[in-house]
Amino acid sequence: MALLQADNITKVFGGLMAVNSVSLVVEKGSIVSVIGPNGAGKTTFFNVLTGIYKPDTGTITFDGNSLVGLRPDQITHLGIARTFQNIRLFNNMTALENVMVGMHTRLHAGLWGAIFQLPSVRREEARARQRARELLAFVGLEQRADELAKNLPYGDQRRLEIARALATQPKLILLDEPTAGMNPQETVEATELIRRLRDELGITVVLIEHDMRVVMTISERVTVLDYGSKIAEGKPEEIRSNPRVIEAYLGRGAVVDLSN
Amino acid sequence: MGKATALSQPFLAQLNRGPLAYLALALYATVTTVLLLSNPRTSLGTDVVFILFLMTFLLLYRARVAGVYKLVIGLALLLGVIPYLGTQNAFYVELAIQAAIFVTLALGLNVVVGFAGLLDLGYVAFFAVGAYLWGILSTPQIGQISPGASPLDSSLFYLFLAIGLFVGALFGILLGFPVLRLRGDYLAIVTLGLGEVIRVLAVNLDRPINLTNGSQGIKDVARPPLPEPLRALMGGLGDAQIYQVFIYLLALLVLGLTLVVVFRLKNSRIGRAWEAMREDDVAAVAMGVPIVRMKLLAFAVGASFAGAMGVLFAAKQQFINPPTFDLLRSIGILAMVILGGMGSIPGAIFGGALVTLLDLQILPRIAAELSALKRQGVGIPDWFDPAQYQRALFGLLLIIMMIFRPAGILPDERHRDEMREVEVNPEAETQPVPNLK
Repeated sequence: MALLQADNITKVFGGLMAVNSVSLVVEKGSIVSVIGPNGAGKTTFFNVLTGIYKPDTGTITFDGNSLVGLRPDQITHLGIARTFQNIRLFNNMTALENVMVGMHTRLHAGLWGAIFQLPSVRREEARARQRARELLAFVGLEQRADELAKNLPYGDQRRLEIARALATQPKLILLDEPTAGMNPQETVEATELIRRLRDELGITVVLIEHDMRVVMTISERVTVLDYGSKIAEGKPEEIRSNPRVIEAYLGRGAVVDLSN
Repeated sequence: MGKATALSQPFLAQLNRGPLAYLALALYATVTTVLLLSNPRTSLGTDVVFILFLMTFLLLYRARVAGVYKLVIGLALLLGVIPYLGTQNAFYVELAIQAAIFVTLALGLNVVVGFAGLLDLGYVAFFAVGAYLWGILSTPQIGQISPGASPLDSSLFYLFLAIGLFVGALFGILLGFPVLRLRGDYLAIVTLGLGEVIRVLAVNLDRPINLTNGSQGIKDVARPPLPEPLRALMGGLGDAQIYQVFIYLLALLVLGLTLVVVFRLKNSRIGRAWEAMREDDVAAVAMGVPIVRMKLLAFAVGASFAGAMGVLFAAKQQFINPPTFDLLRSIGILAMVILGGMGSIPGAIFGGALVTLLDLQILPRIAAELSALKRQGVGIPDWFDPAQYQRALFGLLLIIMMIFRPAGILPDERHRDEMREVEVNPEAETQPVPNLK
């Protein structure tokens, strides 16, 4: 069953066709990668899926709901969470508070509840704190709970972003270059963490990734974008040998070389 | 941060905790109280003692002693010493009332600017709305609007304190709508404009129907009736003096409620959402924070306190007119918030009290003393009129404070970190440079 179905998404910025009639089907429980050279429109595509941009044409259906026209927070509420390519944590909040912000849409305390400190609100707050600690433990940051996000090492910041996204209780998580800037060891750990999102938490994963080892190891399907258009889609091994993909990445000459 | 604090550290550290701290606080509070009450006539000496007396609150805040102890001493000073002082010398209670009013306004603006990060330069508009609400309805002015209507009974004042909250909040939302899409500098300019619109409306809405009585303002605004127990307690004093104390207690009540609300909101789901929004609104909305609703909520909550205080202010002054609510006032309140430390509750309290005292007591006192010296023939040139240079001194003080404490005097932990030079995190240093394409 398809959890997410995007059909013919187009997004134009002025004269630039950033995303050109791209379709993507994500099966529930799968790990899917979106790859492509820099500027291919991958992040724009993510921004359309999460409601930050409104698509010019196309439809998006998630878990039986149409997403087009919804605000990003509404989409998050329906169960899509994301991380950002250039980490966007709340720098001057602690790791724990970052995760607790992610719970916003799952908590109920309103203005009056907070002002009067109703027992239900206090219980909810205590539970949220507990849950946030569990999520930090899941990504291996339990010792860092009270540190400001900006003081965390780079790899930990990436993991904190994932913990914060998990706090929204997503069915689908979109990871924008989760291993960018990591050393080989950190990349292996990050790959393992992504696999656990699916295997232990049952969350469907879509990732944008440049590191081909990561892509080939964990994805079940790969979609390739180039200049805003989808140029290939399939299993990792099919993508690896697809001439159009090689051409997009390495140039026309490389294809000729390879076929010789 | 500064050298001075570093030098006084060992001494303060000793006095700051342990049994000695309890003793020192009690001693300090007693000595200043006795000095203050032994000679309550307005003079340079009393002014100095009054400021030393107020410093007790700062010491209470900083000292590491049990919260109950702080509360007992604090309340004794606020509810005992200051009202009693008021019966001896009305000026100092007037100062306390003004301070309470502006501390409340600073706390309210701090919600908008400090918590939610929305720079608002028109905040005084909400204060004006509250003041005009009670001003119009409690005076014959109401008859100008609907002929034959008589002013509301003054005992409805308490109800209107609550209504002031809601009307303030309503205006907060109304003025919040047009600025939802704006950030930073642009937001500041538009709120500045909206604040001016309210003032200009107050000046000009004497036609076609006389709503505000224009630039002449509204006089004889009703005061709440004096409660009998208070009159009995303070028997023998004139009504004017009792009123002074009564208004003081009311202002303290509104301030206290504001404080509780602000403190609880800051440490709640809503406070976290505001903070997240201030840090990075794109990330906040992607994490499920409905930022439009949260922005409007911040405007509404911030404005509500100003609305309620406006009602009280009108009753206190018994006269309101448009110039009271000009841009300079909004900037003054913003200066309190920034001086104290944006986003910091103790900072807003300190900033509000400090700026009020500077304005009404310290600077006029300095000017008066200089003038006195001049009359005695001390070498101050003729052209130098100290009273004229009061504001210049105020500006100079602001500049100095901002240079030495850029994050404010009692900054919020986080904002302090934000302003600090980027610290080298030894662990982070070994990490690869983040990919920022």
